[in-house]
Amino acid sequence: MRGHHDMGGLPAGPVEPTEHNYAPWEKRVHALLTLLSHSSRGIIMVDELRIGIEALGAEEYDRLSYYERWIVSITNNLLKKGVISTDELGRKLAEIEAREAKGQ
Amino acid sequence: MNARFNAGEKVHVRWADPPGHLRTPYYIRGKNGVIERVLDAFANPEELAFGRDGLPKQRLYRVRFRQAEVWPDYQGQPGDTVDVEIYEHWLERA
Amino acid sequence: MHADHDHVHPHRHPPQPDVEDTPSTYYQRLEEAVRELLIAKGIFTGEDIRRTLEIYDSQSPVLGGKVVARAWVDPAYKARLLADGSKAVEELGIPMDTTKLVVVENTPAVHNVIVCTLCSCYPRPVLGLPPDWYKSRNYRSRTVREPRAVLAEFGTQLPDGVDVRVHDSTADMRYLVLPMRPAGTEGMEEAALAELVTRDSMIGVSLPRAAPVTAP
Repeated sequence: MRGHHDMGGLPAGPVEPTEHNYAPWEKRVHALLTLLSHSSRGIIMVDELRIGIEALGAEEYDRLSYYERWIVSITNNLLKKGVISTDELGRKLAEIEAREAKGQ
Repeated sequence: MNARFNAGEKVHVRWADPPGHLRTPYYIRGKNGVIERVLDAFANPEELAFGRDGLPKQRLYRVRFRQAEVWPDYQGQPGDTVDVEIYEHWLERA
Repeated sequence: MHADHDHVHPHRHPPQPDVEDTPSTYYQRLEEAVRELLIAKGIFTGEDIRRTLEIYDSQSPVLGGKVVARAWVDPAYKARLLADGSKAVEELGIPMDTTKLVVVENTPAVHNVIVCTLCSCYPRPVLGLPPDWYKSRNYRSRTVREPRAVLAEFGTQLPDGVDVRVHDSTADMRYLVLPMRPAGTEGMEEAALAELVTRDSMIGVSLPRAAPVTAP
């Protein structure tokens, strides 16, 4: 079945010349993948990142921004491989929320 | 590993539509083209996507397609082409 | 313009908030959480992250422009660039990553344009991170099927008789367009030529800047 990401040749609208300066967090998401896929680690290969993005489904693929898709795929890959656990991720997220609520 | 195809040779991209992670775009499957150049062999992304090593490596080719043959309603010049990188296991002699 | 603005509102600019001061989204916190967990587990260090970000910040179309300008002034370099893009950019001190660079040359008979229909493959070592439009559905869908219409949306009209060659980056190659040297630049130095080379001309959606008009 043709994947939602596999869009070559499909009808679409005019190309708007959009661009933005990448935010620090976006570059850090990219850095996570660069480091995880580096040959010295080989924890997540770029094709594992890609299949994780392709598996999001059409609605989620279009709803998320580019690096949001990446961090979701990176996180799912790390959970699946047992590099991090759901429990520690949940606790860490709560800790970050609490930290932010206090104004760091 | 020897390359099965040479530059200039006519090839056919297999029609196949399995689930998984494919780097052969949907629009080019089932089309005929010509080997533009023979590239190196690379670990197979269809295997890498599932956390395996992707070995044996697959030979990669750049294949050139005439746009008018890819899109029946193509608006452009007859010499317009599209080049796509395709792994050897997707190619057959045309 | 800036002076007028100051005159109307003297010293009343609110301080620009730091990015870190704006409320974060769920996905930004997810990045932070994953990063902190991986650092705590010793998978990499904060220093590894900083060094990686420095590499990204060093990559920009300025590098691609240097490569193109060198090819314009040095035919032997151009031949090496077209034969093995990765090796030739490394000659200029630009390291490639795990991908291979293929340089495609525009001629009076052929115009090249780059796309990645499956994701967003882009020659980052020579151009930096891609603009949003390159990753957009509209660009990725239409460039393979109606490249001339897409070029026209960028204001690029090709003369009759020029074939369009689209390159879909589907695997381990990355592509860089070597645009044609603009007319009237015969006497220009390499560094000045590099200024004419735009990012979009190296993706292939537009042409380089015209030669500056100089006093005789």
